[in-house]
Amino acid sequence: MRFMIIRKADAETEASVMPSERLLTDMMAYNEQMVRAGVMLAGEGLHPSAKGLRVKFSSGKPVLIDGPFAETKELIAGFTMIQVKSREEAIEWVKRWPATDGHGAVELELRQVFEAEDFGEEFTPELRKQEELLRAQAEATANKR
Amino acid sequence: MTLAATHRAIDAVWRIESAKIIAVVARMVRDVGVAEELAQDVLVTALEQWPVKGVPDRPGAWLTAAAKNRALDHLRRVQLLAAKHEEIGRDLEIHGEAFEPAFEAALEDDIGDDLLRLVFTACHPILAPEARVALTLRLLGGLTTDEIARAFLLPEATVAQRIVRAKRSLAAAKVPFEVPRAAELPERLASVLAVIYLVFNEGYAATSGGDWMRPALCDEALRLGRIVAELMPGEPEVHGLVALMELQASRARARVGANGQPVLLLEQNRARWDHLLIGRGLTALARAERLNGALGPYALQAAIAACHARAGTADQTDWPRIAALYDALAQLMPSPVVALNRAVAIGMAYGPAAGLELADALSSEPLLKGYHLLPAVRADLLLKLGRLAEAQVEFERAAALTRNVRERELLLGRARSCDSA
Repeated sequence: MRFMIIRKADAETEASVMPSERLLTDMMAYNEQMVRAGVMLAGEGLHPSAKGLRVKFSSGKPVLIDGPFAETKELIAGFTMIQVKSREEAIEWVKRWPATDGHGAVELELRQVFEAEDFGEEFTPELRKQEELLRAQAEATANKR
Repeated sequence: MTLAATHRAIDAVWRIESAKIIAVVARMVRDVGVAEELAQDVLVTALEQWPVKGVPDRPGAWLTAAAKNRALDHLRRVQLLAAKHEEIGRDLEIHGEAFEPAFEAALEDDIGDDLLRLVFTACHPILAPEARVALTLRLLGGLTTDEIARAFLLPEATVAQRIVRAKRSLAAAKVPFEVPRAAELPERLASVLAVIYLVFNEGYAATSGGDWMRPALCDEALRLGRIVAELMPGEPEVHGLVALMELQASRARARVGANGQPVLLLEQNRARWDHLLIGRGLTALARAERLNGALGPYALQAAIAACHARAGTADQTDWPRIAALYDALAQLMPSPVVALNRAVAIGMAYGPAAGLELADALSSEPLLKGYHLLPAVRADLLLKLGRLAEAQVEFERAAALTRNVRERELLLGRARSCDSA
């Protein structure tokens, strides 16, 4: 299952304050850990809301509202997408988020991503081919030995 | 926290840490079977203590330290301590109770080496392929015997026995806890990759979708592949395999229709493909391509999958490139199935007559006897050439050969359509 770890914005992210070298190092080490564990799928940081805009549909027509937006704590400063086996595993990863972020007061949100978990009940011809290919490969390897 | 919640939290920590713990302990005791048992003991201790005393701040470090202590006790018991004294002493100074984050970062590399040793040991060629799979999922995936059994639709006792026997075989053969030397490496790595791909296909080709564990095998294989790719970033075929799995997984949700019927690749709704996985697959393929000129079998198959992934619509597929990639694959890994796929690609790239000629040449191939895709491919090419009566016979033959009900329906439908055309 996939989860998105959402890093909530704060006064500093909204003011484009660059992270300290210490935080960058910690963040990199954290991400590296998740990559090495094979769980990190993607992750990005976002520009402050001053550079963003909102699109609100009104009577079916889009209305654009330029940032910045006032409710800082409700905004998003970045996200990390992970793939894990359980909700608890996702929580365990979130707990390992660098404590140096947000000067020890960072707020994160964990949200599960919708997935079509049903892989289907039947072989497709394409799959068969793939399976046969694998078998052929296994045979070839076995023969070589 | 309730007891159940604590147990789930411990499971999660175990999932993240178990392979590393087993790897580190295995380096100390030089036996993966013993290492796994010691690690299990520690898990049991955690299950007893944490609900009472609370989960430690650094659960991974706690488990590792406890496992190392067990390993030391074990070594003492078997009186190996004298011989190992120096090495372990050094180890303890670094790994001991005080876990400095900086130290841990520096140690990641060492743990990486131990993990790699564990990967190669679990996939050792003295073990039967199914034993390699079970041991890999157990030691590296942190899966329980029950989970592995459910995933492979086997009785739990069978899997348990497989694992016990595998550990015994490794101990009896005194398989060293090592990364193979350069001369052995290609063959040993091929075994590792084959195990991972086997796990992936077991999930991907699931014939019954009832149990969630089967599709979960795809995720598990992807995870293992990504781990090995980080451990061996210089091996192109590791990236090739990761690319192949990411690209195949990207189509998972598009290959089954609303009523559970299979949807052929060219008829899939490409908007339903997982573009995050496609991006990851293409990146992994690029890593493989950057490493050396000639692509291996996994990277070639990934490159073929990438041609499909890159095409916005089925019409835009670069068939000449796919045909060329199948040429290369057929050279590297000659097999009738690859040859049949090549015939399809050539038919798409250079016209049905060229494809049919190649497919016809395969009709005497004993390995394809009874293989429904050969008549299915011929039927399709004949249909495109306007030879409807022959196409109909071939569709019917293919329908009679397939064991898949829905596929049979599909083929019979196509046979009937030859009448009305």
